[in-house]
Amino acid sequence: MSDAPILKIKGLRAKVAEEDIEILHGVNLELRKGEIHAIMGPNGSGKSTLAKVLAGHPAYEVTGGTVRFRGKNILEMEADERSRAGIFLAFQYPVEIPGVSIANFLRTAVQSHLGEGQELDIFEFAEMLTERMEMLEMDPSFAERHVNAGFSGGEKKRNEILQMAVLKPTLALMDETDSGLDIDALKIVANGVNKLVEENPEMCVLLITHYQRLLDYIRPHRVHVMVQGRIVQCGGPEVALELESEGYKSWRELEGAAASGPAA
Amino acid sequence: MPQNETIQDLGLDEYKYDFVTPSKPVFQTQKGLSEEVVRQISAHKEEPEWMLEFRLKALRIYQSKPMPAWGGDLSGLEAVLDEIYYYVRPQDRMGHSWDEVPQEIKDTFEKLGIPEAERKILAGVGAQYESEMVYHSLRKEWEERGVIFDSIEDGLRNHPELFREHFATIVPPQDNKFAAMNSAVWSGGSFVYIPKGVKLETPLQAYFRVNQERMGQFERTLIIVDEGANAHYIEGCTAPVYSTESFHSGVIEIVLKRNARFRYTTIQNWSNNMYNLVTQRAMVHEGAHMEWLDGNLGSKLTMKYPSCYLVGEGAHGEILSIAYAGTGQHQDTGGKVVHVAPRTTSSIVSKSISKGHGRASYRGLLKVHEGAHQARSNVECDALLINDTSRTDTYPYIEIEEHDANVGHEASVSKIGEEQLFYLTSRGIPEDEAMAMIVRGFIEPIAKELPLEYAVELNRLIELEMEGSVG
Repeated sequence: MSDAPILKIKGLRAKVAEEDIEILHGVNLELRKGEIHAIMGPNGSGKSTLAKVLAGHPAYEVTGGTVRFRGKNILEMEADERSRAGIFLAFQYPVEIPGVSIANFLRTAVQSHLGEGQELDIFEFAEMLTERMEMLEMDPSFAERHVNAGFSGGEKKRNEILQMAVLKPTLALMDETDSGLDIDALKIVANGVNKLVEENPEMCVLLITHYQRLLDYIRPHRVHVMVQGRIVQCGGPEVALELESEGYKSWRELEGAAASGPAA
Repeated sequence: MPQNETIQDLGLDEYKYDFVTPSKPVFQTQKGLSEEVVRQISAHKEEPEWMLEFRLKALRIYQSKPMPAWGGDLSGLEAVLDEIYYYVRPQDRMGHSWDEVPQEIKDTFEKLGIPEAERKILAGVGAQYESEMVYHSLRKEWEERGVIFDSIEDGLRNHPELFREHFATIVPPQDNKFAAMNSAVWSGGSFVYIPKGVKLETPLQAYFRVNQERMGQFERTLIIVDEGANAHYIEGCTAPVYSTESFHSGVIEIVLKRNARFRYTTIQNWSNNMYNLVTQRAMVHEGAHMEWLDGNLGSKLTMKYPSCYLVGEGAHGEILSIAYAGTGQHQDTGGKVVHVAPRTTSSIVSKSISKGHGRASYRGLLKVHEGAHQARSNVECDALLINDTSRTDTYPYIEIEEHDANVGHEASVSKIGEEQLFYLTSRGIPEDEAMAMIVRGFIEPIAKELPLEYAVELNRLIELEMEGSVG
């Protein structure tokens, strides 16, 4: 069954854990190995929520549907277990962890990815980290800085990609990684992602973005449009181009029609 | 230690040094405090008359002063004070070499890792077992350079003039009730003298523990750092767990003469039933530079505010402190700086962590006297709360009598956030380890100032304390 999807989302519904506001109203999505998909959509459509739910954010509660990652039900797993299984979320707003160096943080993370009883070779790790930082055109001194503390927006995003490059996930969820990046930084980041995909033929990427711009550098196989917690359109890269020229106007009209329809 | 040697492996829920070595005290006073007890202590130590008079006067001051009405809850303390022994002496005289130290005391040191520390030549080991220095070594080169590192009793015996010139001049018995108590019954502690211009590369280390149940510990330390001298003194402290309440009240006095530099580092980890009330103060003369680095873990209640009196022009005082309060613990700590002379500068950085029902209070006094022109000071206190039930308070007192003083104060309270935890766990790091990582990061500015082995120990203690904080 080599053609089984890496990620299969079926009828996924989710709400904010402490409130009764459903945000995802039945999302269906399938990523096969090596595929890059983009999810586009207006603000508040549930794109970021989808990414966080997949990564296991405790602020959200799944109320229906299934998510299988390499055939396994991940909804039963904690965030750290999902990471060790091969899921990675590049955050839209990475938080600061003062006093913890990037090197120390990444070493701990890589160690936690190893099997029980396996010990990380610190020299191999240092070598790998250096090589990954070179790939992303980062200064070696960056590793000694405290995680995201006092970083510019661009530095935070690059730091996310560095973590991804070090942890080598099978599924990368990239939540608006392009926002806050200038064009040079965007190219470096996109380049890094493309290299990771080349390295691992299994690797899937789910790009969440508002803009076509990123998709010029990371070319998606499929583009989905998400509106009001549902995927309303799927297609090839041309969908993104249409959105770029026409905006989400037509979908907004559809929303309006749905809202004025009979209450469920 | 490999990063993922997890908290569980270390068995942190057990108090690390919870063991008791049976000991046979050679002499001990009856329970409670009285003039008779004070006379016995002084006689037993074969002290000069002036010291007996000093102790008796201090006792009267102690008896006349009310319990402090501020700070932590001392309501349970009076009953404790009637039940403790104020003086216990485990051994007739001090050992100058390892061979002279009795086996059972060696066993205790063994468990604490002291011989190892010695093997590593961590410099002079002044180890206080119960009330007296039992083992005290000073590296030969220091002796040759005129450095004195003795028990406080030997300081009085062998250097009477130097001792009397400085003793109780920095913390007089009238200062506060517990300084008075200490002055009446003090026993054990260090006497240190660093001669003019002598710079010590290796820190002087004292290590002591309270071993006997219901035994108060009243150590008294006097340190004189002469002109242009430079040294670092480290005191580590740990006590075994008992069911009845215990009490510790120390007095630390330090004089820094012109252009001297001194750092005093303490990491104290008391058992959870300990009242720990300590007065530590440095008198900082012209151009001298004093640093207190103070870590407080454990105890039932700690009240401790290392202080610097900046009495000479251009003197500098620094207080870095870290406090950890778990359930049933109150750390009432901070610092005190008094600017008396012009162009004096100071900085207080205080960090506290409260977990469970623990409470950490920052209490600081910054005073700029008239005449202390162009004094500059900066105070920063940060509190980290682990649980919704944890508590922190800030009591910053600032009194400025000079118009051109430049004083800054910043305070922050943060709670370990869901977003921080999710960020770390989303990288595969288990939640309890993520929690410990955030806490380690929080104390990093202070831990990095510690000698490596202490920083490791502090991190390890914090990790152990963090166990079970998830959920």
